[in-house]
Amino acid sequence: MARIIVDDGFCKGCGLCVDACPVHIMELDPDRITPKGYHPAHCIDESRCIGCCSCALMCPDVAITVER
Amino acid sequence: MAEKVLMKGNEALAESALRAGCRFFFGYPITPQTELAAYMSKQMPKIGGTYLQAESEVAAINMVYGASAAGARVMTSSSSPGVSLKAEGISYMAGADLPGVIINIQRGGPGLGSIQPSQSDYWQATKATGHGDFQVIVYAPSTVQEMADVAYEAFDVADKYRTPVMILGDGLLGQMMEPVILPEPKDLSELPEKPWATTGHGHKRSHNVVNSLYLTAEDLEQLNIERYERYAQIKEQEQRSESYLTDDADIVVVAFGASARVARSAVNAAREKGIKAGLFRPITLWPFPEDALKATLPTARAYLDVEMNMGQMIEDVRLVVEGKAPVEFLGRAGGMVPTPEEVLDKIEAMAASLA
Amino acid sequence: MEQATESSVVFTRPHALLPVVTNYCPGCTHGIVERLVAEVLDELDVEGNTIGVAPVGCSVMAYDFFGCDMIEAAHGRAPAVATAVKRVHPDSVVFAYQGDGDLASIGMAETIHAATRGEDITVIFINNAIYGMTGGQMAPTSLPHQVTQTSPYGRDVSSAGYPIRVAELLSSLDGVAYIERVTVDSPKNVRKAKKAIKKAFETQIQGRGYSMVEVVSTCPTNWGMSPQESFEWMRENMLPYYPLGVYKDVVADGYVDAAEAAQARAAQCPMVAEAQTEGE
Repeated sequence: MARIIVDDGFCKGCGLCVDACPVHIMELDPDRITPKGYHPAHCIDESRCIGCCSCALMCPDVAITVER
Repeated sequence: MAEKVLMKGNEALAESALRAGCRFFFGYPITPQTELAAYMSKQMPKIGGTYLQAESEVAAINMVYGASAAGARVMTSSSSPGVSLKAEGISYMAGADLPGVIINIQRGGPGLGSIQPSQSDYWQATKATGHGDFQVIVYAPSTVQEMADVAYEAFDVADKYRTPVMILGDGLLGQMMEPVILPEPKDLSELPEKPWATTGHGHKRSHNVVNSLYLTAEDLEQLNIERYERYAQIKEQEQRSESYLTDDADIVVVAFGASARVARSAVNAAREKGIKAGLFRPITLWPFPEDALKATLPTARAYLDVEMNMGQMIEDVRLVVEGKAPVEFLGRAGGMVPTPEEVLDKIEAMAASLA
Repeated sequence: MEQATESSVVFTRPHALLPVVTNYCPGCTHGIVERLVAEVLDELDVEGNTIGVAPVGCSVMAYDFFGCDMIEAAHGRAPAVATAVKRVHPDSVVFAYQGDGDLASIGMAETIHAATRGEDITVIFINNAIYGMTGGQMAPTSLPHQVTQTSPYGRDVSSAGYPIRVAELLSSLDGVAYIERVTVDSPKNVRKAKKAIKKAFETQIQGRGYSMVEVVSTCPTNWGMSPQESFEWMRENMLPYYPLGVYKDVVADGYVDAAEAAQARAAQCPMVAEAQTEGE
């Protein structure tokens, strides 16, 4: 069981985590906007997260914490 | 017991800097400051210091910036064209409030100019050492002894006010030999602490940052205001000058550095001829010793500014005199040194027109 | 940072990277590389003993991001500043973080001479083939025919000359102990880049000589592409011009350090041989 936490204060909605996720469960949230005006990344299906850290490795803003 | 030795001006500067606790020297070869760098390259390894010949003047001054940021007593030396290249680093040092000592053994200019002595970097040293609102403290010694004295003092003053300090010499002073009493070597463990320096925080304090970038205009203005408050303090406390026979002088000759040596001879010769001449010699060019020069205003009837340039310090003299007396000029440029006879002739002519 | 601890947190911000929102554009690889540097400082436990030097360019504010002591240098002068800091504190870890305009254009003299002196410093070089901070002008590493604000018809090599391959250039210098070119376009390459950065810092700490890691990077904003398209463009155009790999590793070559490798290389020079005899 793994999960990721995205800090909206840091996320700039670049989407590099979305491309990096091998199980395709990352998405830029179309319904939310961060204080800086970006659609933040979020996980759409935590049950499928394998805790591989690919999203966090690619995040240029260190917005992602991974727990496993 | 202080030792008295016969030394070249450049070497006295170097030895005195070592005794002041300078252990880092970064420079680039240029005439006529060569003896200074050569002296450092010989002595630094013997006392555990660093002499490094940089790839350029620009690199050398930025090494000074780095060593100063790291908390060291550091200096560089050059001559006019090289100091132009150092302008960038000196501005950054001022902007980051970094102490350090820069020697300019001036030669004739502009451009590649000559390798003969000159004083044509007065403006550069006192008005426009680099871009931005800042000043550096500028010493203008006129004897080998004074070169040793100001080099010793410069490091303390630089640390005290966290500012670059320049010693403005010239090829004549740098190359001449005179007896000099050298100062006592300082105990390095007693040098002032620099809690702001980037030395590695060891997880004992938050990180130190040495920087001159402030993108918020209000912040940068405030820092400039604070720096100018420090400059006001420097103006109040650090003006240095020598007044020689000025108390009753009708004609006050104003000259600094090597040209003051010439002017002194001319003043003595004028006195022998019955002319009441005196010499006012700024030792700090910035802050300009305006208080002491002002003190000559009640008695002086005319001023003669003598420089080895086309007339630079004369503007500061006129700012102090404020039109209360005529200020005449005698200058030689391009590496020419005025003779005492030339100066005496001018004094005599001025005395004749006053009578 | 990936952690193999009992803690349930397996990736979080490294201690040596302050919790500050950077000035970088979305998708800018500066953030990845700075994080890797901070992770390495953590893993080697040297943050408290490290002094970093920031450049002029987009990463000019790096002094606000790294937790170690930091110095902001004039444009291109970071290697000169780092040289002096290391001379003052020889037991410290000193690194410079520079972009292509800073390192390979205005600061090329400082770069080459710090490398040839064999300064025990580590340089992290971000090569994204453009000036980012000033709005996308031609860089010393811009590719032939690359369109930028100041090469609007594409970089004309007959007039503007050719791009500089920094890793190749510096690896010819005797003071250099370790140089590798990496990129950060995928999790796999990010891991490789971190390995290289760690090795570069270890090279410094072991006193083997100058070390540099060139990171082939992107500039989505000034390239006028999305971050994803930027990686595509980089892989297609930059990597063939700037091949990844190790360009110098004196240890792998069988030497203790850069000095020993330099001596072996010049063994036929009687001046070098003489110095060697004297040293023995």
